[in-house]
Amino acid sequence: MDIATQSIDGGFAEPVFNAQAVFRAIMDAMARPGTVQPLPQRARPPAPLSATAGAVALSLCDNDTPVWLDQPLQAEAAVKAWLGFHTGAPSANTPADAHFALIVNPKEMAALDGFAQGTQEYPDRSTTLILLVDDLASGPSLLLEGPGIEKTSMIAPPGMPRHFVEQWKQNTQRFPRGVDIILAAPGSLACLPRTTRIKTMEA
Amino acid sequence: MTDIATYNFAYLDEQTKRMIRRAILKGIAIPGYQVPFASREMPMPYGWGTGGVQVTASIIGPDDVLKVIDQGADDTTNAVSIRAFFRKVANVAVTTDTATATIIQTRHRIPEHPLTAGQVLVFQVPIPEPLRFLEPRETETRKMHALEEYGLMHVKLYEDIARHGRIATTYAYPVKVEGRYVMDPSPTPKFDNPKMHRSPALQLFGAGREKRIYAVPPFTDVVSLDFEDHPFEVQAFDQPCALCGAGNVYLDEVILDDHGGHMFVCSDTDHCEKRRADSTSPSWGGRAEGAGGENGQSSLSSIPTPALRADPPHKGEGKEAE
Repeated sequence: MDIATQSIDGGFAEPVFNAQAVFRAIMDAMARPGTVQPLPQRARPPAPLSATAGAVALSLCDNDTPVWLDQPLQAEAAVKAWLGFHTGAPSANTPADAHFALIVNPKEMAALDGFAQGTQEYPDRSTTLILLVDDLASGPSLLLEGPGIEKTSMIAPPGMPRHFVEQWKQNTQRFPRGVDIILAAPGSLACLPRTTRIKTMEA
Repeated sequence: MTDIATYNFAYLDEQTKRMIRRAILKGIAIPGYQVPFASREMPMPYGWGTGGVQVTASIIGPDDVLKVIDQGADDTTNAVSIRAFFRKVANVAVTTDTATATIIQTRHRIPEHPLTAGQVLVFQVPIPEPLRFLEPRETETRKMHALEEYGLMHVKLYEDIARHGRIATTYAYPVKVEGRYVMDPSPTPKFDNPKMHRSPALQLFGAGREKRIYAVPPFTDVVSLDFEDHPFEVQAFDQPCALCGAGNVYLDEVILDDHGGHMFVCSDTDHCEKRRADSTSPSWGGRAEGAGGENGQSSLSSIPTPALRADPPHKGEGKEAE
């Protein structure tokens, strides 16, 4: 299949209702960090972008939001063409310019503090990271607490960035600045807003 | 529903919804911080809930059940017209029942019935900036939030004590969210402030004219500002609802005649109607306190109602809600 066909196929079948359903899953996940929100397949982006990450991008990105792609995605012309056709989002030159970052290989990703952190006056001008993970249960356990969590909650995404717990600790200490993370797994997603604290991490 | 085809689902265009949705996510991630957003003109004037309507329009889906209240009541003009608006442009189910609603848009009250996880409470906010009447310059208030410099707010509350002997602020009572941002809970009576603290429901705030969205996630600390020797306390009513007999609820004063007759009834109409329909709850049979002129004034003075509060009404209050 040539790039032109790949870039046009695979968008939302029902753009209005699908975007709403995906957003509600993200909103619920962001409001209740650590909960896993099911997300049936609604988009079919070209590999290596996953259906979940693609759907998140379709529901949130447009020509107002520069998107940064990590190296494996950057190398894939079909992904860029697909995002360009369906969202119209410009690509960010550096992580610090990005409103959203799509990261297919979190293990090798740049440091969290390299992305836009917002300012003390405008902490909302920060990057939202969309990390592609294989699942939300097979990795090292992350015990979470903070706003949106009654006592504690737990997720265990595999293949997280290097020194993630330490990096995330620094991220929460920068509050109100900092980045937020959407973990896109096949068929589901979870969120880590900057307020969420990781209590312990079992090896 | 032939006319629904004229509009996009839920009235707003998709790009506007995406912009508002992004602002909502930032608001949830930074509890209490006011996220600027490109508020649109809505088919209703500023002051009628344009902020809340835009937030609701951006989150609502075909499966949602919407409840709209205005000062607790489901049957006042603002509530009825917004409910009709969403029934027309989104074709969603509407209800007056607090427990079955998934989205509750509210003007200045939190329902008496406890909210549950999964529900979303959308507030219409007239003036989102709690420091605005202390410092009119946006550049300065923004810096004050950035530096967490909230001394001025405590001075304001202290001046209340110096002048009245108590904190006389009865509505839009400032709160601190998760130990960081001071937030205006919108002009809800301070009676409702404790309900915000660690509520299982997600609370979203929309200010259309002022172009701000902010949020309180579930299970988030919302603490009303006070002093050790003047702790925060809510309004107390010395009589129950005259219709349903409920205590520990927020009451509205209803004037019955021009001879000083009046009664106090639940502000939350759904709560009141449910209690009256339920035969096991004690019914007061519509007893009107002071009707006919005897005992009319004495009970009035002790009950802080919006009409009798000590602080003067300020600009942007009352029907100015967004």
